[in-house]
Amino acid sequence: MARIIVDSKEIEVPDSYTLLQAAEAAGAVIPRFCFHERLSVPGNCRMCLVEVKGGPPKPVSSCSMGVRDLRPGANGEPPEIFTNTPMVKKAREGALEFLLINHPLDCPICDQGGECDLQDQAMAFGRSSSRYAEDKRAVEDKYIGPLIKTVMTRCIHCTRCVRFTAEIAGSDEIGLTGRGEDAEITTYLQRALTSELQGNIIDLCPVGALTARPYAFHARPWELTKTETVDVMDAMGCAIRVDTRGREVMRILPRVNEAINEEWISDKTRFVWDGLRRQRLDRPYLRQARGRLVETGWAEAFAAIRQAVSKAEKGSIGAIAGDMATVEEMYALKALLAALGSDNVDCRQDNTALHGQFGRASYIFNPTIAGIDESDALLIIGSNPRLEAAVLNARIRKRSLKSGDYPIGLIGAREDLRYPYTYLGAGRESLKALAAGESSFFHLLKKAQKPLIIIGQAALCDHDGEEILRLIAQIARDTAALRADWNGFAVLHRAAARVGGLDIGFTPPGGKKAVDIIASSDILFLLGADEADLSAKKGFTVYIGSHGDKGAHAADVILPAAAYTEKSGIYVNMEGRVQMAARANFAPGEAREDWAIIRALSAILGQVLPFDSLSALRKNLFADYPHLAGIDKILPGKAADIIALGDKIGVIKGQAFPPAVQDFYLTNPIARASAVMAECSALAHQRRLAGSKIEKTGYRHV
Amino acid sequence: MLADKDCIFTNIHGLQDTSLKGAAARGSWVDTKAIIAKGRDWIISEIKASGLRGRGGAGFSTGMKWSFMPKESDGRPHYLVVNADESEPGTCKDREILRHEPHYLLEGCVLAGFAMGARTVFIYVRGEYIREREALEKAVDECYEAGLLGKNTRHGHDCDIIVHHGAGAYICGEETALLESLEGKKGQPRLKPPFPANMGLYGCPTTVNNVESIAVAPAILRRGASWFSAIGRPNNVGTKLFMVSGHVNTPCVVEEAMGVPFRELIEKYAGGVRGGWDNLLAVIPGGASCPVVRAEDMMNVLMDFDGLKEVKSSFGTGGVIIMDKSTDIIKAVWRLSVFFKHESCGQCTPCREGTGWMMRLLARMVEGRAQKRDIDLLFDISKQIEGHTICALGDAAAWPVQALIRNFRPEIEKRIEAYTRCAVQSRNNVLAAAG
Repeated sequence: MARIIVDSKEIEVPDSYTLLQAAEAAGAVIPRFCFHERLSVPGNCRMCLVEVKGGPPKPVSSCSMGVRDLRPGANGEPPEIFTNTPMVKKAREGALEFLLINHPLDCPICDQGGECDLQDQAMAFGRSSSRYAEDKRAVEDKYIGPLIKTVMTRCIHCTRCVRFTAEIAGSDEIGLTGRGEDAEITTYLQRALTSELQGNIIDLCPVGALTARPYAFHARPWELTKTETVDVMDAMGCAIRVDTRGREVMRILPRVNEAINEEWISDKTRFVWDGLRRQRLDRPYLRQARGRLVETGWAEAFAAIRQAVSKAEKGSIGAIAGDMATVEEMYALKALLAALGSDNVDCRQDNTALHGQFGRASYIFNPTIAGIDESDALLIIGSNPRLEAAVLNARIRKRSLKSGDYPIGLIGAREDLRYPYTYLGAGRESLKALAAGESSFFHLLKKAQKPLIIIGQAALCDHDGEEILRLIAQIARDTAALRADWNGFAVLHRAAARVGGLDIGFTPPGGKKAVDIIASSDILFLLGADEADLSAKKGFTVYIGSHGDKGAHAADVILPAAAYTEKSGIYVNMEGRVQMAARANFAPGEAREDWAIIRALSAILGQVLPFDSLSALRKNLFADYPHLAGIDKILPGKAADIIALGDKIGVIKGQAFPPAVQDFYLTNPIARASAVMAECSALAHQRRLAGSKIEKTGYRHV
Repeated sequence: MLADKDCIFTNIHGLQDTSLKGAAARGSWVDTKAIIAKGRDWIISEIKASGLRGRGGAGFSTGMKWSFMPKESDGRPHYLVVNADESEPGTCKDREILRHEPHYLLEGCVLAGFAMGARTVFIYVRGEYIREREALEKAVDECYEAGLLGKNTRHGHDCDIIVHHGAGAYICGEETALLESLEGKKGQPRLKPPFPANMGLYGCPTTVNNVESIAVAPAILRRGASWFSAIGRPNNVGTKLFMVSGHVNTPCVVEEAMGVPFRELIEKYAGGVRGGWDNLLAVIPGGASCPVVRAEDMMNVLMDFDGLKEVKSSFGTGGVIIMDKSTDIIKAVWRLSVFFKHESCGQCTPCREGTGWMMRLLARMVEGRAQKRDIDLLFDISKQIEGHTICALGDAAAWPVQALIRNFRPEIEKRIEAYTRCAVQSRNNVLAAAG
C-alpha cells in the first residue's frame, strides 16, 4: 500500500494504482478519452493531466504515471497531487480546445449526440468558445463493414478501437496511418472487419467517429427506454441493455458483468435486433387440407389442436424445446405433456449426449467463465469458442496474453481462434491417444495446477457422444482437472435454453434423443425449435414461437409467441448461473407469451395447469427446482459425478469432429430474419471462399 | 581557442585515410584492451568525472546515464543504442563522424557497451544518410575482419554492432520513438516512466546515446577525465563539434572548446557574417528547436549550455544558424513550424493539433493578414503545447514561436499594420474611383 495526498486529502491505495485510480479513490473526477480500464494505456489524449507537487513545472498524465513512480517529500511525507489547480484547469482546457479545433460541429446530426464523451467533457471542462479561425481538417470516411459507420472527421485519435482490435479481439485490422495532423484511423484496405466482437468499438469510441450503422439516424438516446436483461444468442447469458422506443427495439448494448462478459458482447447479440421485426408470427396459422398455411384465430387454432390430440395415442405425444426457450415455458410444456401422459420431451435439438442423469457437473461449465482467468492450461475438444461464445473466447485470449506460460491444445476442426494453440488432432483417434497419455499435452495438463477442459457440442452430437463424454470425463479425472478447489470440466453450450432445460429434466428417459421423438410422435409440439432435423416427422405439428422459420414451415398449427426481449423469464447460462431476463417491449399483433399460450392450451385440452400467472408458475417451479430461485447464483456440480461418468467407457469409433458452427451469423431464427446478420454472413462466406482459393492456388485474389 | 593537440576528431573533414588503418594511425583501437582491463566501474566513473554532457541536445550527464543501467543482468540482455538519426535542421555533425571518423564511434560503442554490460549495440542511422550508412557499414565490416567486433575479439569484450537504417522520420530521433522504430513498430514516443534504462528495447535495459557522446568516449578514457574537464568552463567542459550554417561566408563543421565566444566562432571558422556584423539579424544557436536570439543579444555569448541559457535560448546540438538582415524572420519561423507540423507523429493531442494551428496562424502573420490579438493567441497556443505532450517535440515546436514573439513582436505588428493599411488604402481607392 502507498500513501498519497490528492487535493490535500490523504489516502492509502495499492502500490499498483495509477494516479488516475488514486485520484478516483479520493473522490476526484479525472476526465479522459484514451484511457480505458480494459485496454493498454497510451496516454495520448492528454486530458487526464494532474499537477504533482515538487515535480517538474508541467502537468503529468495521471493514467500512465503510477503511484510508485512519485517520490515522497523531503521529510518523507507522502507525494501530493492536485486535480483542481489553475495548471490542471488550463491543461484540460488546452487539450479540449485542441481536440475541438478539427472536430466538426455536427452534433445535431451525429448519432453519438447525447452520449458523447467529447460533448460532456467540453461542457464540463472546456472553454466557452473557440478561438480557432483557420480551416478545419476533413478526413475521408472509411468502409469497415456493414456494422460500423465511420465519420472519420470526428475522430480524436484516442486509438481505443486500435487497441481493442489488437488486444481484445486479436485481429490487427485497424491501425493509425500517417502522422501528425494527417494521422487517420483506417483498415488500410477498406475491407470489412472480420472480428465477431467488432461492435464493441462503437461503445469504446468516445466520439461519433464509429457508430452503429444499422442504428444510424434512427433514435436519440434520450428517447429510449432502457431495460436491463440477458442475452440469448449464445449460452453465455451476457448482460445486455435493450433500448426500446415505443414497441420497437432500437438497439442492444452491453452491461458490465465481470463474471460473464466483462463489458463486451458479440456482434450477433448487438445487431440481431432488426431480426425482431421481420418474419414475425403475429397471429395464429392453420394448415388447410391443400397444405397452405392460412391466418386464423386463437379459438380455431386451439380447436384444431384439441381435435388432433383427442385422436392421438397417449404415449405418442412429443415436445421439442428450442434454443431460446425460457425455463418457465419449458416447465409448463413438460407439465402439460406429463398431464397428457407423455414424457417424450427434449431440449437437445442437436441430439447432444448431455443428460441430467449424469449429474449437474456433467453438463455445466464448472470452472465458471471467470475461472478462465485463473486456469493455467487449456484443452479444447470439439469446439470453436470464437464462434460458439465469442466473448468467452476473448477471455481465453486475455488469459493467453497474460504473463506466464498458458498452453492451449485443440482437438477438432482446425480454425483461427485469435490466439495460438497446439493442434492435437481432428477427432476421436486423437482424443483416445490423449486419454491414453500418448500425447505430451496430456502431461502438460497433468502438471498444471488448474487445467481447463472445454468440451464443445461438436464432439457430443454423434451416435457415440455419450462414450466421448465419458472418455473426456476420464481425461479430467486422470489429469489434475478435478480437485477439491478446482473443477476444470467445462461444457461449452451454444443454446441459451439448454442448461435450464437439462436442469428441469426436459429430456426423455431411456437414451432417447430428439430425433427419435420427432420420428415417433403423432403429435409434436415445437417450442421455438427451429434447428432440429424435421425431415422424419410424421405427426401433427404445433409450433409455438416467434419467427416464421424452419419450425413454422413444418407446422400444422402455428401459435404466435414472444421473442426473448418480449417476455420475462429465467435462463440458466452454461456455467449453471440462473439469470432473469426482463421484458423490454411487447410481442406484435396477437402473439402472446409462451407460458400463457401453454396454460391456455392446457385448459382447451382438459388438463388445466395449476397456475394462472407467471409468478404462480415460478412458485411451482421453485418448489420443484429450488436452485432456480437463486437468481445470479450457481449451484455447483459435484466432481464425483464426473469421476463416476469416466469409469465406464464403451466403444468409440469414427473420424473427425465436425466444425462447431456452420455460420456464426445465422444460428437462430431471429438472426436468420435479420438483414444485418445476412449481410455479415454473406461477407464471411466470401472471405471463406477467398481463403480456400488462397489455400488452393497460393494466390490472393482481391 | 582549442589547441590542435586537444582536438579529438582530427579527420572530421575526411582529408585523411578513413579506413581502419588510417584510424589506427590516429589512435583508434590501439589500446582498447588496456582500457577494458581497467574495468566497468572505472570507465563509468571516468566518464562521470570528465563532466561529459550528452551531445544530442538535452545535455544530460553521459556518465550518469550509463550508471543508471543495472549493474548485474537479471537475465535480460542489456542494449546500447546509438542515436544517429540526426534530423534537426541546422545539425550535421554526426554525419561527419559517420563518414570520416566511424572508428571513434565504433570503439566508443565497444567501450560503452562494455561499461554497461551490453553485447549488442544498435546504431540507428537516419534514413536520408545513405552514403554515411555505407561508410559506417564499411567500417563495421573492417572491424569484424580485424577481430575487433564479434566473438573472441582482440580486446576481450565480445560485442556485435548492428547498423539499422531508419525510414526518414524526425521523431525517430526521440529516444523512445527510436526504440519503437527499431522494434519494427510505428515511430511514436513511449510514455515515461518506465525509462529505457529499465524497460527499453524489447523490454530490456537500454541506453540511448548520441553519436558524438559515444565517439568522444575513447579519447576521454585514453587521455583522462581531467584533460577533458580542463577544457571549457565548469559544467560546460570538453570539446564540441560546432556547425555553422546560414548567412555566413564559409559554413562549416568545426571542433572547438565548449564556451568558445560566439564572435570568435563565426569570425575564425565561418568567415564572418555575410555583409559584416552589422548585417546580422538573429541567430538560432543550437538547431531548429532552440529559441531564436536577436543579434545584439548574441554578441557576447559564450557558446555552451549556460551561456545560451542566459539569453533564454539553449545550446542544443551546437548547430548555429545565422540569419542576416535579408531574412524574413517571421517566414523563417513559419518554415520551422511547417517542419514540426510535418514531423509531429500524431500520437498526442496538443502536438498533433497545435503544431498545425501555429503553422496556419504564422502563415497569416507572414503576410500580415492577422489581428494583433492573434499574436497573444499564438503565444497562448504555444504555451498550451509546451509541457503537455508525451515527448519533447511539442516543446521543440513551441520554443521557436515563443522566441519569435518575445524578440520580434514589433516586426509582426509592423507587418499586420502594413497589411491593414494596404487593405484600407485599396478600399479607399475603389471608393474614390466609384465617385
